[in-house]
Amino acid sequence: MNRQITRLALTGVGLIVALVVATTYWQAWAAGDLADRQDNQIQRVAQFTIKRGEIRGNGIAYATNRREQKGGRTFFFREYPQRGLAAHVHGYSTQSRFRTGLERSLNDYLTGQNANLSTVLETFVDKAKGATIEGNDVVLTLVPRAQRAAQNALGSRCGAVVALEPQTGKVLAMYASPTYDPNLVEGSFDRVLGVRADCKRPDALLNRATAGLYAPGSIFKVVTAAAAIDSGRYEPDSEFVDPGYCEVYGKRVNNYDTTRPFGELDLHTALVHSVNSVFCNIGKELGAKFLVSYMKRFGFYEEPPLETPSNERAPSGLYKGTELFDPKEDTDVDPGRFAFGQERLLVTPLQMAMVAAAIANDGVVMRPQVVGRIVAPDGSVVVRSKPDELGRAVKVETARAVGAMMKDAVERGTGTAARLSGFTVGGKTGTAETGIAGLNTTWFISYAGKDRPQVAIAVVVEEQNSTGGQTAAPVAREVLQALLGKAANS
Amino acid sequence: MSFRNRELLNLIAVGLLTAIGFASVFIARSELVDSGSLVYAGIFFALFLVAHLVLRVVAPYADPVLLPLAALLSAIGVTVIYRLEPDDAFRQSLWIVIGVVLFALTLFALRRDHRALEQYKYLFGITAIALLMLPALPGLGQTINGARLWVKVGSFQFQPGELAKIFLIVFLAGYLRDKREVLAQGRLKDFGPLLLIWGGAMLVLVQTNDLGSALLHFGIFLAMLYVATGRAAFAFAGLVLFVGGAALVYRYVSHVQERVTIWLSPWTEEPVFCAQTGELALRQDCGSFQLVKSLYSIGNGGFAGTGLGKGTFTTTGGEPIIPFLNTDFIYSAIAQELGLAGAAGLLLVFMLFVARGFRVALLAGDGFSKLLAAGLTFGFALQTFIIVGGVLRVIPLTGITLPFVSYGGSSVVANFVLLALLLLVSSRANLQTARGRA
Repeated sequence: MNRQITRLALTGVGLIVALVVATTYWQAWAAGDLADRQDNQIQRVAQFTIKRGEIRGNGIAYATNRREQKGGRTFFFREYPQRGLAAHVHGYSTQSRFRTGLERSLNDYLTGQNANLSTVLETFVDKAKGATIEGNDVVLTLVPRAQRAAQNALGSRCGAVVALEPQTGKVLAMYASPTYDPNLVEGSFDRVLGVRADCKRPDALLNRATAGLYAPGSIFKVVTAAAAIDSGRYEPDSEFVDPGYCEVYGKRVNNYDTTRPFGELDLHTALVHSVNSVFCNIGKELGAKFLVSYMKRFGFYEEPPLETPSNERAPSGLYKGTELFDPKEDTDVDPGRFAFGQERLLVTPLQMAMVAAAIANDGVVMRPQVVGRIVAPDGSVVVRSKPDELGRAVKVETARAVGAMMKDAVERGTGTAARLSGFTVGGKTGTAETGIAGLNTTWFISYAGKDRPQVAIAVVVEEQNSTGGQTAAPVAREVLQALLGKAANS
Repeated sequence: MSFRNRELLNLIAVGLLTAIGFASVFIARSELVDSGSLVYAGIFFALFLVAHLVLRVVAPYADPVLLPLAALLSAIGVTVIYRLEPDDAFRQSLWIVIGVVLFALTLFALRRDHRALEQYKYLFGITAIALLMLPALPGLGQTINGARLWVKVGSFQFQPGELAKIFLIVFLAGYLRDKREVLAQGRLKDFGPLLLIWGGAMLVLVQTNDLGSALLHFGIFLAMLYVATGRAAFAFAGLVLFVGGAALVYRYVSHVQERVTIWLSPWTEEPVFCAQTGELALRQDCGSFQLVKSLYSIGNGGFAGTGLGKGTFTTTGGEPIIPFLNTDFIYSAIAQELGLAGAAGLLLVFMLFVARGFRVALLAGDGFSKLLAAGLTFGFALQTFIIVGGVLRVIPLTGITLPFVSYGGSSVVANFVLLALLLLVSSRANLQTARGRA
């Protein structure tokens, strides 16, 4: 019988070995996936025993901790002293609703779980001593004054503001309206869901700045103009004749104001006064595929890079239903209407701020970054963000030519409401009709600075009954003033 | 060094480990537990010292490693239970006292020759079946967590299946030693008992609603049949029959169906029908929440664990997150606090116990003893696999205990009897070897 017993013994030991393998799988291989699951209550509770890093920046704290003793354990609960000021950027970290925003995407840094050698060592020592693990602080590039200016300027209207530093990609302002108070998420989520604002679907949790998809309207003409000039087939002084409309597939597409056709004009003037028929003809000439190739150079068709979770950012481009749509043939889309920002174009404020920033930065697109640095509990810098070039969208001359058009648009065209004395401001307005009177999506993208562009900005306002020049441009002006005023002081 | 002196040294090592374990729980949770409970470690050591002394008198040649391993497993169990629920640890200690008493009684009763059991094999067989059927009796049986494995008399509650397992092994060892030659010839009529026991296992499965208990008993039977006859085809055929029967039961018993569904896909993206509430819910929030929460607990342990007393088992409000943490899910508690290092260490202790048990079977001099030791050891290994494998989602989860570690009187007592039998077989075998040399 000993032969059988030996085999049975191997089976018995084999069963236990299988358990060791399975345990290793869950604790080493799959542990990360388990920890990331939204319903992982243990992870959620356990992370409250960690003294989570703070989220702060430029003199104010956005997320701090409240220490509480419960059942013999010390818990650190989140508090958000600025409430809604930058709620969509930092998000929340709660027990019942898990995490969003940077609280989610930078959780490893905030809880000291990141793989940097110094953090690993520190956490290990804390664990071994049984001491509280301390996370790293996240320092934002947001300028509080600009956030407040955006909040006040938008008021109860729905919309968003994104301001970037063109040369570095630093996010100076990112505000979405309506906002919500992250302190209420744990205890009174109903009040977060019930936030009201002047639009049909307020959805306060949505970060409109990075995930709000809007028809761009005329601000898209900046992309078309850049592509047209960069192609070498057009110059700023290329001549056009505007009859007040443009014919696409035998149908007329009208200018915003059909009663006063411009007659003879050049490309520069066409952008300053936002003449649809000119861009319509350029679109027909260049074709949809060519325009899409330039959009991609500006970052369209990809989730705009940022440190927030990827599901809180949406790619801009042509859409078919809810899917991005990349035309294979020029005939797949109507190039005329496409070129002045209609067709099935949907864009995010962040993407349009990147376009404005690229024009202001001589054609180079910088990676937008809202985290300036991550700092260990002992004050040492764990990660420092460096300006990161994503690529060149257009030639230097092209960027300067389009920049000059935008400057004239603010000086004497559609964007006069954004003028700031003492600063050079360039901008482009946009008014996208939604098909219902009084429910336009209005836009303003702009750059501004003293000697050279210091800020690029995109503003969107939902459900307005007038134009981008009258609604969005004044918001941009307030935020620019807050940012440049501060720059002038420092 | 003599067997018993080696055992004493091993026990001292275990005693020190126990003291360290209790001390670390005490330090981590000093606000919640009082220092008086530190005496546990001392009482614990004294208890196993008594068991050791009994062995010195009754079975001096018994294996010197099995008792310390059992002591280590019990110590890990009590330490973790103490950390989770200090009151339960007191009750568990009482059960260990009763276990050691029964251990001593078994040793004394069978000190001359454990093979005396063979004469009563049919009595053991009938008693085993009766015990297994006990929870099915109305008024007596109790359904806990969906499985009918418990019997309640007054305030006294126990799982008769634990003891039935040992009785069944004693019966099979006697019966198979008797019939092994006949069975090995493989004539069709000799398959009668095999089919009968298969039918019995299926009946138990239907009655108790518990796949694990049926798998355990039938697995033990197949293993012992294989050891007795040497014909792997029998074991294979039996396995096919079991899987076929289980598939049939799966079609008709909703509880078994649910367990399998939970096992195959514990997480759903879309809400599904939740039988517990009658509403739509994600499966991880409904039927599979125990398994899923337990996996989260294991995952949270990582390589090194959170440390004893530092794990997370309750919400910030103090509500328990994982039910049955003391019993069915004690492994996920250990895996969280001691990490992969500690959990693998625990499994290594089980592996050593299993290897040692089979060594006893190999060294035993007669067929009955060999079958008995092999059956007891394989049953021990299989039970460990079924519960831990269930917690780790290797097989569908069923509610049986982790030997020596889980909280629960019937389990602790039964395992001490199992240990006594193994040590008796071992003592006789080693004595014969020693005499043979002399």
